[in-house]
Amino acid sequence: MTRAATLSLLAIVLVMIVAYRIEAQQKNSCIECHAGLEGKMGDPARSIKDDVHLSRGLSCNDCHGGDPSQDDKDAAKDPRKGYLGRPRVVDIPPFCGKCHNDANFMKKFNPALRVDQEKEYSTSVHGQLLRTGNEKVATCISCHGVHGIRSVSDALSSVYPLNVAETCAKCHSEAARMAEFKIPTDQYAKYKQSVHAEALYERQDLTAPTCNDCHGNHGAAPPGIASVANVCGQCHARQGELFQASVHKVAFDNMGLGECIACHSNHDIEAPTDELIGTGEKSVCVSCHKAGEKGFIVAGEMRSMIDGLLGQIEKSSEILDRAERAGMEVSRPKFELREAIDGVTHARVLIHTSSTAEVDTVIAPAVGVAAKTYQAGVDALAELNFRRKGLIVSLFFILFLAVLVYLKLKEIERRQPA
Amino acid sequence: MRIETFKSWLDERLSISTLAQAAKKKEVPLHRHSIWYYFGGMTLFLFVVQVVTGILLLLYYRPSAENAFESVQFIMTEVKFGWLIRSIHSWSANLMILTLFIHMFSVYFMQAYNRPRELTWVSGVVLLLISVGFGFSGYLLPWNEVSFFATKVGTDIAGVVPIVGKTMLRFLRGGDEVTGATLTRFFGFHVAVLPALATVFLGIHVLLVQLHGMHVPARYQQNHRRMRFFPNFLMRDLIGWILAIGVLAALAALFPWELGVKADPFAPAPAGIKPEWYFLFMFQTLKYIPAKILMFDGEVIGILFFMIGGAALFVIPFINRSPERHPRRRMIFTVIGAIVLLFIVVMTIVGYLA
Repeated sequence: MTRAATLSLLAIVLVMIVAYRIEAQQKNSCIECHAGLEGKMGDPARSIKDDVHLSRGLSCNDCHGGDPSQDDKDAAKDPRKGYLGRPRVVDIPPFCGKCHNDANFMKKFNPALRVDQEKEYSTSVHGQLLRTGNEKVATCISCHGVHGIRSVSDALSSVYPLNVAETCAKCHSEAARMAEFKIPTDQYAKYKQSVHAEALYERQDLTAPTCNDCHGNHGAAPPGIASVANVCGQCHARQGELFQASVHKVAFDNMGLGECIACHSNHDIEAPTDELIGTGEKSVCVSCHKAGEKGFIVAGEMRSMIDGLLGQIEKSSEILDRAERAGMEVSRPKFELREAIDGVTHARVLIHTSSTAEVDTVIAPAVGVAAKTYQAGVDALAELNFRRKGLIVSLFFILFLAVLVYLKLKEIERRQPA
Repeated sequence: MRIETFKSWLDERLSISTLAQAAKKKEVPLHRHSIWYYFGGMTLFLFVVQVVTGILLLLYYRPSAENAFESVQFIMTEVKFGWLIRSIHSWSANLMILTLFIHMFSVYFMQAYNRPRELTWVSGVVLLLISVGFGFSGYLLPWNEVSFFATKVGTDIAGVVPIVGKTMLRFLRGGDEVTGATLTRFFGFHVAVLPALATVFLGIHVLLVQLHGMHVPARYQQNHRRMRFFPNFLMRDLIGWILAIGVLAALAALFPWELGVKADPFAPAPAGIKPEWYFLFMFQTLKYIPAKILMFDGEVIGILFFMIGGAALFVIPFINRSPERHPRRRMIFTVIGAIVLLFIVVMTIVGYLA
């Protein structure tokens, strides 16, 4: 054998060894075995292909331990190689927390990811009940799934904003499961009727709140009565701030009413209308304030102020539209009228102060703007009238001039030789 | 006595008496189709209205993307009779294009472009193009939503022309997009370049009309009467012009020209954007042309077709030279003209209703 042939043989053997090692490293006997099993035992192998952990290079043994490079079942599931098997329900949070609590480890995958989920979970109603040994409560896998866990930003994830309510409802809408906890099961059905659900599902506004935005996710718990305004105030900051400074804050606290939800309800929050305020049938004020009381009078006044402004705006819009249809240029007053419309929105926010004086700081100037634009509409129609009259007068002179020229022409032609 | 002295002083310097003598001799043929002679004068009158109202608008108009819309709004609402001047300017522009088309088609069907009036026709076609340019450039100046997107579409079409399209588009827009630079540029075309060109070609056109006199259609060559231009014809013109002022005043008062919404270059184009009515037949035709004709782009073929049509206008007098001697050729040109006119009218109506 020549030297070259020996070297070639050695190279081939080396390549084969490297290839074998790579294959051995990539080998996953867990998936190979479980893929061939029917039913629940085969599910992990089938669903793991979509798992975010697998896509980041982690595998079965990173959670369950063991040695996936072994074909032999016992060797693969050797406890000496750290095989843990299926965790008990109570062990699931620390099981996931092994990695998710480790900032240094998580940084490698997503430096922005929080590492306090297990700690938060322990404060949740779910976590507290789990500690008492109740295994019916939700753990990590109840919401995130198991073996097919997708990233939160994946639209197919069970915890993607559009899917959160359905995920919570899986348990919370089940009457039999909830009976033991003595909590209602209509939250999901109510939420689907709410203005928030409309924003989320119909307008696909992912910033619209779903269950976890008010209750928290890992630390899920119903907000206490005293903290409702803080919860709603996360988005409705101005309303929350005004309410906290209003006379209602103390009164509601004394009466044990749940701040925002006392008027707006909680899961089935409808788009608020002006009918919520005032002394009418649908008013929420009259549920506490009786006729003749100061609160009753203030509620009526605030409603009248808003109605008055709305009426003025409608009047202005109507006259400006009429002028516009007649061809008058009224885009400027129409633009200015938007200021009054903004005033309505602002006033509806200021209602949360429960003070007519505060509301009037916005209503009065807005009424002024609306009145000014109404006057612009009146002026435009007057101008239109003037133009029409002017047209009649000028057409008379124009025709008169044409007739004069015609008569002069005829006179000239009569004098001209044929 | 003093007036006589002044007259003779002027006459010595300007030869007014010679001009007056020529004017006295100038005559207009009278026959069944004399009515069409008034449309040239009417177009000229409306052009004068455009110049006068245009100058008045210039006193307040500000040609920039930031101020144009607001300045027109100011003209329409704050300036005394500003609404009247702007509406008359817009209405008169449209009526001028209309009378110009009527004038052109009457000349075409009467074949008044034959020897020796070929250059009168050519200068007229140039004036048509200038007028259309006035319309296209003026449309953008209020900087409202409709005009902005119509200009975008219009210049896009220009950009499709093979070889020179891209350069032409950039030249028209002053960049790749319709921006404030386009507005300033169009303003320059509208108030400086086009008026200068119009003055030159209008001068040539009117001079040639005076030189050759009014054309008489072949069948009336032998049996027609004559009318003095001054004062008989001119006074009839004058009656028409006075009535035109009345029509313009009525249109301006009853149907003031809309201002619309200020252009927002970042907003999506509103549905149903259409060009001015005199471009509508071309716009509508381009819509009907399939995207691909054999291996060629349908839009390019359509635009080339209209360009060839425009070029054909110039050469008509040189192709149809002696109709009297070729009655069949004369008939062919009349039929082609009728088809083109019918096509323009039908496509304009279809485009308007679409």
